[in-house]
Amino acid sequence: MSDRLDPIRRAASGGQPGPGADARERFRAGMRAGMAFVIPTLAIGISFGVLARSLGWGLAAPIAASAFVYSASAQFAVASVLGAGGSGVAAIVAAVLANARFLPMGLAIAPALRGGRLRRALEGQASVDTSWALANRGDGRFDREGLIGATIPQYVAWLVGTVIGVVGSEAIGDPEALGLDALFPAFFLALLVSEVDTPRARVVVVLAAALALALLPWAPPGVPVVAACVTALLGLRVTR
Amino acid sequence: MTELWIVLGVAAAASAAIKATGPVLVGGRELPPRALGVIALLAPALLTALVVTGTLGGDDGITLDARMAGLGACAAGLALRAPLLLCVVLAAAVTGGVRALG
Repeated sequence: MSDRLDPIRRAASGGQPGPGADARERFRAGMRAGMAFVIPTLAIGISFGVLARSLGWGLAAPIAASAFVYSASAQFAVASVLGAGGSGVAAIVAAVLANARFLPMGLAIAPALRGGRLRRALEGQASVDTSWALANRGDGRFDREGLIGATIPQYVAWLVGTVIGVVGSEAIGDPEALGLDALFPAFFLALLVSEVDTPRARVVVVLAAALALALLPWAPPGVPVVAACVTALLGLRVTR
Repeated sequence: MTELWIVLGVAAAASAAIKATGPVLVGGRELPPRALGVIALLAPALLTALVVTGTLGGDDGITLDARMAGLGACAAGLALRAPLLLCVVLAAAVTGGVRALG
C-alpha cells in the first residue's frame, strides 16, 4: 500500500477510533491530504472558466456553476453538450449521467455520516472523487472527518480557479495547449495506485478498464464510469 | 442566457439530490459484510474508469492523443515514487509539450 496518499488512514489507525481530539486530528489529516490536490484542482477550474467563457456564458454563470454544481465532470458535460448546440434537456441528462456515480459512492459513505436526514444529506455533499478515495479506509468503511476536511481546500481551489479562468480567459489562451485536460485522469491515476493493494482489487481494475473501454465508443459520457462500478460486485464473495 | 441558468440550476439540484440519496436512505446503520466487500472494491473500479475515460474519451469515441504520453509520464513518476504533485504536473507538461511538437 502506498504510504504518501494515506495520511487519513494513518491518523485513523494511530489513535483511538472515538470522537474528540482524534476526530479533529483526522479532520486536519483530511485537510492536508486535500491540499495535495489544490494545484491540479485550481488548474482544472481555470480550464472550466476559460471554456465556459469561450461559449459565451459570461462571468456569473460559470462561477455559479462551480459554486453550486461543484462537479468537474457534470460541468464539463453541460458545457460540451451546450457548446455542440445540444438542447438544455440533453445537457441536464448529460450532467446527471456524469454524476450518477455519486449514488453508489453516497451509499458507501452513508454509515460514516452523522445526525438526522437533513444533516446527513448536507454532509453527503462533501463527496467528491478525490476526497471520497482519500477517506476510504479500504475495508468498506469511510472516515467522515477526513472526507469533509479533504473537500474544503479543493472546493476553494475549484471556485478560485473558475474565477481566474473566466476573468483571465484571454490571457490564458487554450487550456489544451497547456495539457490541462491531462490533469484530471492523472490525479485519478495517482489515487488509484494506493487502492490496488489486493489481488481482488487488481482483477477489478482489469475488468473495469475493459468495460469502460468497450462502452466508451458508443455510450453517452458518464455511462462507462457507472457501468464499471458493477465490477465491484466481485466483493460479494466475502471469503478472502 | 435564461436557458443556461435553468440548465445550471437543475444540474445543481440533481447533483445535490444524487449525493444526498445514499446518506438519507442508509445513514448511521452498519452495513453487512457483503456490502462492505463490494464498497471496498468500488474505489478501484471507479478510479480505473475515470482514468480510462479521462485519457481516451473524446467527441467521437476513443481518442488517441497527447494525453496518453502525459499519463505515461505520470505513471512512470508514480512507479518511481515521485511526489504526487510532481507526477500530476508532469502529466500536463508532457501532454502540452507533445501537442506543441505535433
